[in-house]
Amino acid sequence: MENFRYIDDIATLSLDKKACIGCGMCATVCPHQIFEIQEKKANIMDFDACMECGACAQNCPTGAISVTPGVGCASYIIANWLYRLTKKKVNSVCC
Amino acid sequence: MEPYVNGFVETPAGLVPRVRTTLLGSDIRETIVTRIGFGRSDFKVIPGLYCVGNPTPQSPVLVTANYKLTFDAVRKELGGLNVWILVADTRGINVWCAAGKDLFSTEEMIISVRSARLDEIISHREIILPQLGAPGVAAHKVRKGCGFKVIYGPIRAEDLPRFFKRGNKTDEAMRMVSFPIKDRAVLIPVEIFLLSKLLAITALASFVLSGFGPDFFSFSAAWTRGLGAVCATIFGILSGCAVVPLALNKLPWREFWPKGALTGAVAGIICALLFSGTLGYLESTALVLWTIAVSSYLAMNFTGSTPYTSPSGVESEMRRGIPIQAGTALLAITLWMIAPFTG
Ligand code: SF4
Ligand code: SF4
Repeated sequence: MENFRYIDDIATLSLDKKACIGCGMCATVCPHQIFEIQEKKANIMDFDACMECGACAQNCPTGAISVTPGVGCASYIIANWLYRLTKKKVNSVCC
Repeated sequence: MEPYVNGFVETPAGLVPRVRTTLLGSDIRETIVTRIGFGRSDFKVIPGLYCVGNPTPQSPVLVTANYKLTFDAVRKELGGLNVWILVADTRGINVWCAAGKDLFSTEEMIISVRSARLDEIISHREIILPQLGAPGVAAHKVRKGCGFKVIYGPIRAEDLPRFFKRGNKTDEAMRMVSFPIKDRAVLIPVEIFLLSKLLAITALASFVLSGFGPDFFSFSAAWTRGLGAVCATIFGILSGCAVVPLALNKLPWREFWPKGALTGAVAGIICALLFSGTLGYLESTALVLWTIAVSSYLAMNFTGSTPYTSPSGVESEMRRGIPIQAGTALLAITLWMIAPFTG
């Protein structure tokens, strides 16, 4: 999505090339086309486009990818903060 | 019988309902009600196996969520095709949201395949999942769990006919999320409707607070000043919930709270000009500040509806945005309250 960019240098995504077997699953599932397979290894082509959805890590058969997955939604994060403060469940409009 | 079922197909595992590939008036009504966010919006489909056309044991199997709007979006693209549709139990939540909640999950895929007795009906061993379900599903574990290989299909249901024509293969465009203006526009009514209760409370508070002045309480001030305050709140809501989503990629900055502050400033100035006859200089400033705070906060909340904001990014922009929004709102209320005493 070239016309939509979010904050740079902040995603929790990391790739352990030694563990990668080049199966290509990460490239298939990433909705932002962040990975490319070159010489039987995955490469992160566009780190800053990562939305931390977790699809790549979930589908990597060798556990070569790590990312802290979650929903990028302010009202969900506020609901979580309130939950930690009050121990009461707060509904958020996010999905 | 559900209105979308128009027959049955016999299989070794019993009768499988065949569903229409055109939407009826009742389907469209449900879609509209859901999109407006007024009334019930939890339309569900009973989980299990369905089909369109006259599928054979060789026909492809599509997996989807049991959220009615998702189910409708899938079947209406399948006109003229023979396909099995396996509806997973995601408690009426769409694929993307259900994948994030562990409802559209590895376990759910295995359970769905088993309880539909897919291995008795289908001769091949492949199921096609929407790519946006991938955050919840580990393809290799599904295969281990039930013997079916997961193929990730297109993100958008409208690409399904093209996907089948290409021999069940996606191309790069089908695998890339997009966020065109029509996708952003359909989100606006729900966002605004969800705020109606909060708006009613804010309006009430605005009229009451606006009445306080040198004569302790004035009903005419409550009315004239209160109208200005309510107008500023409504302008803030429209600015944050409608203008920002529509102009998302045209506005400067990547973070959402400054985008909302900018559109809020413009909306606030328009609002202040509308009331320039009745309100003074301090009050006008307060209206602009209030509109900025409301719009910025709501724009920040729109992050949850976009397919490109990372939770790390959202949290970091909130740490910058919220203190500024709170400060602006507080300053607005203070100026508003002291204005009658300075006239
Ligand atoms: S977490 Fe999601 S967006 Fe980020 S690289 Fe993995 S699949 Fe792509
Ligand atoms: S899914 Fe894992 S093993 Fe496969 S290419 Fe990507 S990083 Fe390598």
